[in-house]
Amino acid sequence: MSSHNHQHAHTIADDIAEKTFQDVSLCYQCGKCSAGCPVRYYMDIAPNKVVRLIQLGFYEEALKSETPWLCAGCQTCSTRCPQEFDLAKFMDAVRELALEKGVEIKHKDILKFHEAFLNQIKRFGRSYEIGLIAEYKMKTMHLMQDVDSGPDMFMKGLLEVIPHKMKDKKSVKDIFKKTAKK
Amino acid sequence: MKIGVFICHCGENIGRTVDCPRVSKACQWLPGVEVSLDYKYMCSDPGQNMIKDEIRKKKLDAIVVGSCSPHMHEKTFRKAAVDAGINPFLVEIANLREHCSWVHDDIDAATDKAIDLVRMAVEKVKRNQPLTTIEVPVTKRTLVIGGGIAGIQAALDVANAGYEVVLVEKEPSIGGHMSQLSETFPTLDCSQCILTPRMVEVYQHPKIKLMTYSEVEKVEGFIGNFTVTIRKKARHIDESKCTGCGLCTTKCPVKKKAFNSFEENLAYRPAVYVPFPQAVPNIPVIDETVCTYYKTGKCQMCVKVCGREAISFDQQDTLVTEEIGAIIVATGYKLYNIEKKPEGSMIKGYGEYGYGKYKDVVDGLQFERIASASGPTSGEFKRPSDGKEPKKIVFIQCVGSRDDSKGFSYCSKICCMYTAKHAMLYKHKVHDGEAYVFYMDIRSGGKMYEEFVRRAIEEDGVKYIRGRVSKITEKNGKYIVKGEDTLASMPIEIDADMVVLATAMIAQTEASELAQTIGIPYDKYGFYNEAHPKLRPIESTTGGVFLAGACQSPKDIPESVAMASAAAAKAMVLFGSDKLEREPVVAKVNELFCAGCFLCKKVCPYGAVEVKEMKDRNGVVYKEIAYVNEGLCQGCGTCTASCPSKSIELAGFNNEEVFAQIAAL
Repeated sequence: MSSHNHQHAHTIADDIAEKTFQDVSLCYQCGKCSAGCPVRYYMDIAPNKVVRLIQLGFYEEALKSETPWLCAGCQTCSTRCPQEFDLAKFMDAVRELALEKGVEIKHKDILKFHEAFLNQIKRFGRSYEIGLIAEYKMKTMHLMQDVDSGPDMFMKGLLEVIPHKMKDKKSVKDIFKKTAKK
Repeated sequence: MKIGVFICHCGENIGRTVDCPRVSKACQWLPGVEVSLDYKYMCSDPGQNMIKDEIRKKKLDAIVVGSCSPHMHEKTFRKAAVDAGINPFLVEIANLREHCSWVHDDIDAATDKAIDLVRMAVEKVKRNQPLTTIEVPVTKRTLVIGGGIAGIQAALDVANAGYEVVLVEKEPSIGGHMSQLSETFPTLDCSQCILTPRMVEVYQHPKIKLMTYSEVEKVEGFIGNFTVTIRKKARHIDESKCTGCGLCTTKCPVKKKAFNSFEENLAYRPAVYVPFPQAVPNIPVIDETVCTYYKTGKCQMCVKVCGREAISFDQQDTLVTEEIGAIIVATGYKLYNIEKKPEGSMIKGYGEYGYGKYKDVVDGLQFERIASASGPTSGEFKRPSDGKEPKKIVFIQCVGSRDDSKGFSYCSKICCMYTAKHAMLYKHKVHDGEAYVFYMDIRSGGKMYEEFVRRAIEEDGVKYIRGRVSKITEKNGKYIVKGEDTLASMPIEIDADMVVLATAMIAQTEASELAQTIGIPYDKYGFYNEAHPKLRPIESTTGGVFLAGACQSPKDIPESVAMASAAAAKAMVLFGSDKLEREPVVAKVNELFCAGCFLCKKVCPYGAVEVKEMKDRNGVVYKEIAYVNEGLCQGCGTCTASCPSKSIELAGFNNEEVFAQIAAL
């Protein structure tokens, strides 16, 4: 990546570039992502600042931030970015790296939600809402949370009792096998 | 044939990695070489004298100089050769610096390569033909395309030097965007007050032929000898009779059918109109698309009121040809429009700012008209939707500019300054108003520019927020602007009465078409390319065509004016002599062999290949062949490489010469 032929140590920024196929130097810190972020108000640092910390090499601060975990992955930022930097993808990479490096995660529930979601995919090949709810509640013991919206969702057909069938579950399992980290 | 070889050390530049004495010794034994010498600085006076002495003493026929790039000193050595009586095209340069010593480390290998390079040059020079420079006459008239401030300045400068000018403007009046501006930064002087006297000067100048409402349709010929065809669009008004009294425009019953483009569509204009009261020439135009007469054959109100019988409904477009020596292109820019563009358009719109559907979200030029004393609101700040005075205005910079996702990566350069001016003008008139500017960086390089921006912030209390706005939404007549102050790292929401977008300066819609008509290159954005970004910023790569103003890249007024004067000077340099000298390195067609496939015509980047008819004794055409216009040919050699029958050759680089060079390797 360096144009002057000198070798440099592999950094977190390089990890992110490898995971997302985009260089963090693309970001010119205009802040349009933060300006439009629907969960910005709950974050400890603004999304553009997470990129800034990585640009400057303050990796620990970036990985410890709550922001990547609060990011809902709605991709409003990615859509509006003038530099076409995919910030949602970037946040995904930061979350992965935080887990890999063993950084303490403040929002354990969110991590559990991600795990529960992925487990459904692993098991059924696609998302299964009831399984997700059940597993998430068992993991977090938030048994009564959001229970009142359950009947509504059920009536609207958003909660299918039986998981969707999928022809080629094996391929999905193979993906999990290939990408699984020890 | 007696050839002399001269190897230059270029101080240490060549000598460090090439063993120059070894090169000169090795070259002594090459067939045809009479003498081979080396010297520390061949380009210096003693070096040149050495060459001249050897030519005279040994009666040399040709020389090879092993030195730096021919770009650097080919001229020097050619001149030395001419002084000693050799044709300048019997001088070959072997580039031992850029092509050898600078790019290699190994002395032995580099020296071997240097010998190869010289040997190749020797084989070529043996076959070189003596050539003579081409002389072409010069028509001392200038065509200026575009009547904005750049075109006006260029036309006045050339005309004041005593040369004739034809100034072509596609709109009904000259003046360009500058005539639309309210006040100008950093002095806040009134734009019209400084511009209109110049417009009148153009109109009255005996050396300037002004052609408004006209467009360049065809450009033929080459530097010093262009023939330009100009389409004079039908005004439907007899220019020789019209006095510009304006009665037709006031009486025209068509009131709300056509937007006034001078007012940036914030007002309407009648079917017969003068773009603005100070227009030059002050002669109206009838817009066929909205005029009742052209639809129903009735009305003719203008005919009834015109005391001079100047209305001429059946007037047609006319084509005028002009003989021209130099062309100055000053076609300017237009503003990027945030509206949703049709499918397939290269340009994307701004969905997050409402695709232009919010009435009180205006662009920079619209705001200029609102702020202008001669504008639709007579200089009072009123927002377009309901005419109320806005108490809170948000200015957003870099809309489109510096925005890869919308297709424009560049900075439009002037928006930082005019936004500061806009905010300042607003604060000067609406004292209790609030002005917010969303910016990414403040780029205020220029005399008194940074001071101007500071004045807006310090004296006029304009609030600058560093960050790009994410979205604008409408709510109860207010515009909710969502941004982030990236310095304080705080989300910010402003409920504004009006939003002004500093949209990007982009190339004119027909910029690329005009470039193709003239034969000049342009970049991916449609801006015209200069011949060299540093040292030839005024010239296009086509001889005799010069650039001025924002058609080359975004520019403010002083820069456009400076560039226009420079372009005028370039045209005058051309007119300084009666004949032009050109290098004879041009392509020539072998008329016997040419089969007339015209592949060369297709590939020629300069449009130099023409069709020539071959006639027999009775004047009957028996075949068509290619013919190279020496004035246009730039000697690039594309045609010679593409010719399937090898019947087009470049003088100075013909096949025999080049193959001999390759064979010597």
